[in-house]
Amino acid sequence: MAMMRYAEALRAALREEMQRDSNVWLFGEDIAVYGGVFKVTKDLLAEFGPERVRDTPISEQTLTAMAVTAAMAGTRPVLEIMYADFLPLSIDALMNQASIYNYIWNGQVTMPFVLRTQGGGGAGAGAQHSKSLDALVAHIPGLKVVAPATAADAKGLLKAAIRDDHPVIFLEHKLLYNSRDEVPDGDHLVEIGKARIAREGHGVSIIASSRMVIESLKAAELLADEGISAEVIDLRSLRPLDRDTIRASIAKTHHAVVVNEGWRFCGYGAELSATIMETAFDELDAPVERVATHDIPIPYSEPLENAVLPDAAKIAAAARRAVA
Amino acid sequence: MRNSPTIDEQIEMLRRMIAVRHLEERLGELHKAGKTRGPIHRCDGQEAVGIGATAMLDAADLLTSTHRGHAHYVGKGVGLHPIIAEILGRSTGACAGRAGHMLIADAANGLLGGNAIVGGGIPAATGFAVSLQMRNRADGGARVAMCLFGDGAAQTGICHESMNIAALWKLPVVFVLEHNQYGLTAHHSTQSSVPDLVVRADGYGMPGESVDGNDITAVYRAVATAVDRARRGEGPSLVEAKTYRMVGFSTSDVGGYQSADDLAAWRERDPIVLARRSLAASVSPAQLDAVDAEARAAVDAAVEQALADPLPGFVDHAPSAPYYAGAV
Ligand SMILES: Cc1ncc(C[n+]2csc(CCOP(=O)(O)OP(=O)(O)O)c2C)c(N)n1
Ligand SMILES: [Mg+2]
Repeated sequence: MAMMRYAEALRAALREEMQRDSNVWLFGEDIAVYGGVFKVTKDLLAEFGPERVRDTPISEQTLTAMAVTAAMAGTRPVLEIMYADFLPLSIDALMNQASIYNYIWNGQVTMPFVLRTQGGGGAGAGAQHSKSLDALVAHIPGLKVVAPATAADAKGLLKAAIRDDHPVIFLEHKLLYNSRDEVPDGDHLVEIGKARIAREGHGVSIIASSRMVIESLKAAELLADEGISAEVIDLRSLRPLDRDTIRASIAKTHHAVVVNEGWRFCGYGAELSATIMETAFDELDAPVERVATHDIPIPYSEPLENAVLPDAAKIAAAARRAVA
Repeated sequence: MRNSPTIDEQIEMLRRMIAVRHLEERLGELHKAGKTRGPIHRCDGQEAVGIGATAMLDAADLLTSTHRGHAHYVGKGVGLHPIIAEILGRSTGACAGRAGHMLIADAANGLLGGNAIVGGGIPAATGFAVSLQMRNRADGGARVAMCLFGDGAAQTGICHESMNIAALWKLPVVFVLEHNQYGLTAHHSTQSSVPDLVVRADGYGMPGESVDGNDITAVYRAVATAVDRARRGEGPSLVEAKTYRMVGFSTSDVGGYQSADDLAAWRERDPIVLARRSLAASVSPAQLDAVDAEARAAVDAAVEQALADPLPGFVDHAPSAPYYAGAV
């Protein structure tokens, strides 16, 4: 085990996979010489050279489409899209290209690429640099979507994503890059599609991903002081979804709060809520509570941004309503 | 002349053009008879571009096509039966009936593949070219990517982005612009700020050549030069082939925007007629007639076989498949 920052864990995953497999290469805006605006790819140009670590023009639509076909043609590209807010530019390549070919071409091709991006609010970056668009990508059949909350999972999931033969959208969070936790030594892999119990409890299940896991853990502390025992599930994978872990937790707690940093309406929380209704309705003692971002553009000024984003206090309040 | 096709190659290209034309005619009938689904985009009159531009490619070269790809498919070596069976939605089709006529792919022949998002094939070929460049450098190969795209597709943002990146990274890709004068029903003069799109090559610092797209030898020569350059690792080129669609945009086109004069003038310049004429000096009429009859018979046989083939059944995807969302 080693204490590592989330960004360092990501870099370690990239470095190890590039050392292991010469077909793995990186491209994206400002990732090579500068090392990425969040410094995830720092020093990799020096180690692997300009063919495998490429700075690109500002051409997200084309870069994403190129990742799809480069992957089909025998290499394993890892594309960095600087902000999740730019995913709308990638969406044709994801929705009309990457997602269809394995199926409509009857298994003739696979597309082992990873699209790394980072989203989320709380940094005062404004309406075009703060969104969580989990639902946008998780909606698309044929894509896998992961969103690590810890450095350990950041490393293990990224290594697994690079080795996956199918497209993986890798959602990082800008406020997590400097968070530190223990990362297992060696070839640490985390299976895509498996959730993790981040905190055990028996009174209410809080189901979250990415930075909302951290906020949910804080909420669980608040609730513990009031005698409410919260179990926090860190989904890690948004698609495929680990329904078994969710169901097992609710079978124990009989109450559920779903949390996602994206918008509320048609958001990822709606899918979680519907999943619980479909798979664990008989276990519930109360309606599912949903915590999400307000359905407005994310404002700039600190009190405004804080008002619209989910946080520990809002999650704790939802849990109190659920168990009331 | 450099890169001229041999007589045998010209005969083979003529055979393929005739097969594509007859395929389009048969598909027109099958569509009317309700045997196909959705619109069919025929390429009657444009065969010299698709066939001539692909004739020098190997199976290891990767081609991206469009919604109007039948000549591209045949040119890249895909069999007539898998094409027709796919269009008839049969389990024996190139993609087992999952793709339909606009999205056919055949990985073994390097067709990846049809694309009905206008412009979508352009970044796709560019992405192929990055991998091929890396693999060529690693194993000494000389594989290239090629993109056939329309004058409508040339107006997309991804076309600009792709050509810039291809030239910047000296990628082994050839952009072949099939300029048939229209994007759907809209004449190019309402879509493009310049009539001759080849001028754009200069803006990316790559070679550009404009050719008569109905003269298959001219298409072949220009594209072969561009392919050679890409194989040598010298980067991308743009070839603009001027041609004309002698039929409607698709089987659902009700017409009214193509002038009778234009249609008549281009029919005079039917690429199959021109190709036969240029072979007349070296090949007997009887041999050319035989090529014609064989090509048509091959299409008819493939249609008959495909019509008798079974329709596919739906199979759920396994937990290992990318389409699996998690057990309910
Ligand atoms: C992104 C997108 N926009 C619009 C369409 C509808 N559409 C299909 S083909 C076409 C015209 C394309 O023109 P061109 O590239 O010149 O090809 P052509 O049909 O002439 O072969 C249009 C507008 C589409 N399929 N995709
Ligand atoms: Mg056109």
